[in-house]
Amino acid sequence: MANSEKFVEIRHARKSYGSLEVLKDISLSVDRGEIVAIIGPSGSGKSTLLRAINDLDSLSGGEVWLDGVQINKTLGHREYEKHINAMRQQVGMVFQHFNLFPHMSVRDNVTMAPKLLKGISDKEAEALAIEQLNHVGMLERIDYYPSQLSGGQKQRVAIARALAMKPKVMLFDEATSALDPELVEEVNQVMKMLAEEHMTMVIVTHEMDFAASVCDRVIFMDGGVVVEEGAPEQVFRNPKEERTRAFLRKHLSVHGKG
Amino acid sequence: MGLDFSVVPDYLDVIFLGALWTIAITVCAGLLSFFGGIFFAVIALYGNAAVRLPFRFFEWLFMGTPLLLQLFLIYFGLVQIGIDLPAFVAGAIGLGLHFAVYNSELIQTAIVSVDKGQMEAARTLGLSRGQALRKVVIPQAVRDVIPPIGNNMIALLKDSALVSVIGVGELTLSSQLAIGRTYRPFEFYAVAAAFYYLINVVMEAVLRRLERKTALSR
Repeated sequence: MANSEKFVEIRHARKSYGSLEVLKDISLSVDRGEIVAIIGPSGSGKSTLLRAINDLDSLSGGEVWLDGVQINKTLGHREYEKHINAMRQQVGMVFQHFNLFPHMSVRDNVTMAPKLLKGISDKEAEALAIEQLNHVGMLERIDYYPSQLSGGQKQRVAIARALAMKPKVMLFDEATSALDPELVEEVNQVMKMLAEEHMTMVIVTHEMDFAASVCDRVIFMDGGVVVEEGAPEQVFRNPKEERTRAFLRKHLSVHGKG
Repeated sequence: MGLDFSVVPDYLDVIFLGALWTIAITVCAGLLSFFGGIFFAVIALYGNAAVRLPFRFFEWLFMGTPLLLQLFLIYFGLVQIGIDLPAFVAGAIGLGLHFAVYNSELIQTAIVSVDKGQMEAARTLGLSRGQALRKVVIPQAVRDVIPPIGNNMIALLKDSALVSVIGVGELTLSSQLAIGRTYRPFEFYAVAAAFYYLINVVMEAVLRRLERKTALSR
């Protein structure tokens, strides 16, 4: 691609369900190695936007590009399926509710997709599982099943599962929202570690402290549009828009009680 | 004329052979009903109209008519269009397809109730829908319906007695054979019942084991 700086690029994204417009002409880009937080009230469209990046929710209009390739290309059904499956291998995603495969051990959760899609041997898969689980501090649970893990441990395994595909970018969809407060930190630690390794990340979150301390840029969305974006210190300390100020006031007051 | 079980040992080999045939047809039909059930469930849920409509007819045929009639149709009826199946094969197919349709209903419901996030997580990793179904959704759906499918398997074992009418020498037919020679229906039906009970006990034990084994994976 001509401009390699724009690693992930969303151009004029629109999405509507019937007459309800969830995304209204959103354009944004993420550089290689950049960590971007998307914040905003529920229903602001932030999760929809994130899920549009790997076409889990298809856009009604607009384009999504990753590293010079359009993800949501217009193709015939069969070709598109092939294309999107190949693209999704390059986009890791972590969900609010973990979505680990309960019928597989931790090891198999991590290795199933690489074995199936990349045809790696059992030996390579074992090495991959050890590498990735060690990375997130879950190696000693390699033979466990998800039902035997705490929420924080599940999410760390889910991150290892996504990383095992060696993605170019990681998407986090409220990865800590379903966790008990005391389990949030262990997941945040793993995400901080990825940030230090310069993994490109797009993080939808409600945790302002985490966004402020880890992210390079914060995007505030409301009502299906990007209201404001900038460096965390600017958006959090000195927001330009009234809507951002109102959101932060509300959020920080809720935060303060806890 | 009182009961006299002393005639039984002379025919025990006949009865035993019948029991083996009962086990054989239950295993064959059981496997067909299991994998057929998964296959039909996937067709019913994901097939296009061209395969779904014939399947509907097929489903109606196997759910809406007596199993006995289905066995007659497969064994005697198909000969007329040039398909001459051995009795055992006809019996296994008839029993297997009959229960496959019932298993399919169970598996369809189970597939639909697997959390949507499972398919999403699999697709996100780059799996196609077919791969996601095979590796992620169907194993969980099947795990969830082990108890009711087990009940169907036990019903299948009991209904396997019906294949005696097309001449498969299974437990019921072989006990009738012994009765024909000795005129001792009570004794031999009782022995046959004991054998059915035994097979049942083994099947239930296997089922419980399966349920225990999958308990962790919930």
